[in-house]
Amino acid sequence: MMTALLVMIGLALLLGIVLGYSALKFKVEGDPLVDKIDAILPQTQCGQCGFPGCKPYATAIAHGEADINQCPPGGEPGMRALADLLGVEPKPLNAECGTPKPKSVAVIVENLCIGCTLCIQACPVDAILGAAKQMHTVIASECTGCELCLPPCPVDCISMVPIPEKVDNWKWRYPVIEIKSLAV
Amino acid sequence: MSLFKFHGGVHPPEHKLKSTAAPIRSVTMPLRLVLPLRQHVGNVAKLMVAVGDHVLKGQLLAAPDGMISAAVHAPTSGTIAAIEERLIPHASGLPDLCITLNADGEDRWGDHQPLDYQAQEKSAVLDALRLAGVVGLGGATFPSHVKLRADDAHPVLTLIINGAECEPYITCDDLLMRERALEIVRGIEIMQYLLGAKHAIIGIEDNKPEAAAAMRLACSQNSISITVATVPTLYPGGGAKQLIKVLTGLEVPSGKLPTTIGVQCFNVATAYTVHRFIDHGEPVISRVVTVTGRVAQPGNYEVPLGMEIFDLVQAAGGTADDSNGLVMGGPMMGFNLPSGHVPVVKGTNCIIASAPALFAPQPPAMPCIRCARCAEVCPVNLQPQELYWFARADNFEKARSYDLFDCIECGCCSYVCPSRIPLVQYYRYAKSEILASDKARQAANVARERNELRLARIAREKEERAAKHAERAVGARAEAGGDAKQAAIAAAMARAEAQKAEIVPQNVTDLSPLVATEIKAIDARRGKVDDRD
Ligand code: SF4
Ligand code: SF4
Ligand code: SF4
Ligand code: SF4
Repeated sequence: MMTALLVMIGLALLLGIVLGYSALKFKVEGDPLVDKIDAILPQTQCGQCGFPGCKPYATAIAHGEADINQCPPGGEPGMRALADLLGVEPKPLNAECGTPKPKSVAVIVENLCIGCTLCIQACPVDAILGAAKQMHTVIASECTGCELCLPPCPVDCISMVPIPEKVDNWKWRYPVIEIKSLAV
Repeated sequence: MSLFKFHGGVHPPEHKLKSTAAPIRSVTMPLRLVLPLRQHVGNVAKLMVAVGDHVLKGQLLAAPDGMISAAVHAPTSGTIAAIEERLIPHASGLPDLCITLNADGEDRWGDHQPLDYQAQEKSAVLDALRLAGVVGLGGATFPSHVKLRADDAHPVLTLIINGAECEPYITCDDLLMRERALEIVRGIEIMQYLLGAKHAIIGIEDNKPEAAAAMRLACSQNSISITVATVPTLYPGGGAKQLIKVLTGLEVPSGKLPTTIGVQCFNVATAYTVHRFIDHGEPVISRVVTVTGRVAQPGNYEVPLGMEIFDLVQAAGGTADDSNGLVMGGPMMGFNLPSGHVPVVKGTNCIIASAPALFAPQPPAMPCIRCARCAEVCPVNLQPQELYWFARADNFEKARSYDLFDCIECGCCSYVCPSRIPLVQYYRYAKSEILASDKARQAANVARERNELRLARIAREKEERAAKHAERAVGARAEAGGDAKQAAIAAAMARAEAQKAEIVPQNVTDLSPLVATEIKAIDARRGKVDDRD
């Protein structure tokens, strides 16, 4: 009786140690569902979804606090991917959050800029270069087109310019052909 | 040698006889040449000249940028007239950056020498080929120096030279082999040396007996052993993977390069340009182009790169009245040119003046009846009807998982489809959508990283500020006690005083004399005002 008890206590301690150790050793950083949702979101970090960035929105979706149709930059395909991942029905985009538009980048009219640094503080991806009382400029390749730098600028010298179609980003169009109906 | 068969394939009408009657003809050097900087797969070449520069024939105009890139050279001597966006021969019909060269009529060569390739390191020879602008001339324009770099992990045993030219209408490789067989063989010898390949096989379709005979003769005159194999005429037998299968029986695995099975494949015209560069020092500045269809003198022309296609068609006698457009490439894989006023580039193998009588307008498509004929002819063994279904429904991930990217866009499936569905157009659409979304995904990953870095930075700055405040608070408390309060105030004032002294106005150093005098004047005025009160 006593030995059985001791063996069980010993086992319990041992397994407890193993479990405790592996919980520390193989700890999963963050929430895997949040990361999966975040991987689908376009990372424009524009806040149109009503959250301060894509990660917070992903967290809210994962906790069931937000709907899947609030991200205009992700558009219809993004919403579908989210629906797919979460196994819910796709739904039309929430127009209150905004409508998808062609991808643009911010451009600063440099001779109007007064160097107030307000846009730098607004840019979520640090894509604006400059220092106090110096002319500022946008690194076009890093700009996500979130438009967050527009409202703070006191002299309205930032504008959004749609990315033009060039040979290297040109895409084949969806074939337009009439499909003859069989019922004729 | 024993041959193998690839899956599927079709027999479209060949239309090759018209353009093989005459030998390769030369054209008069045009007065103006337009050279796009994007003439190859990979990075756009870097500009090396400015407007107004006088350049000699063969001079480097744009240097390769990065590993997968190739150079652009002056096809004749003259002056750089402009560097601007111009229409290029591209399916998009969009303009791109081009160099315009006004010929001076002297056609004077710059300094050029043959390269003693055996006396040098192989890597130096390959770099020279990169600078010579050697790219695959079969139409894909992939920089050849990349493919010629011997890789220890995947040694190349067999070098395959592609003279199949399976696409209807095109005969430029045929004529090149008939007339310049010795030079091609010499190029093959150099390529074989660079790759360290054991054998070399030239694959030629059996509808080109003259070319095969000429190549056999040339090979017998050369010391190295090259096999000339005639392969059955079957479109797309000239696709790299299809030709490799026919000649060696080996399948290139999906998504892999031929080198993984010890094979490398080049076009005959590429071998010819390798010879021109190594033995004569001439970079790629011209190519043989088939001009056929509804033109007065169909045939093959040796054309300087940059010649306007409209002028080339004029040189071939001009188009017939019923011609309604120009196609670059063949009828199966080519595309309609946006205009005749675009230049000949390295990838221009054929120009067809089209007419309704040659290419009937696409009849309206009917629904897919799932007859699976497309799957029977697909040389890559895909399921075109499934791919069509997925592409049509924008179900891109599904299309990708059905090996959409193995599709060589040969057009066999559209050719046999009884419902006349333009299948290839759907695949091109789906491929470019997928590539664009992959790019967007990469950009999103960068944005996520930058956003996380920024948030971390903000958090760190906040912490530092909090720490500083805490430190100050502790310091203040230590000094407080007895009449220490007074001392603390005094100390604070002293600090403020010291700080004030430290601040030097930034805008009064390094002044121009003009500004300095202005400031002096202002100070003087201020002095007067002060005196008054
Ligand atoms: S709306 Fe903007 S911030 Fe919100 S998930 Fe979409 S891109 Fe990110
Ligand atoms: S907010 Fe406007 S004025 Fe201020 S630094 Fe940015 S661009 Fe210049
Ligand atoms: S050949 Fe045309 S109709 Fe037949 S299965 Fe293929 S796509 Fe459908
Ligand atoms: S176009 Fe693509 S799918 Fe169609 S037959 Fe050719 S390789 Fe197969």
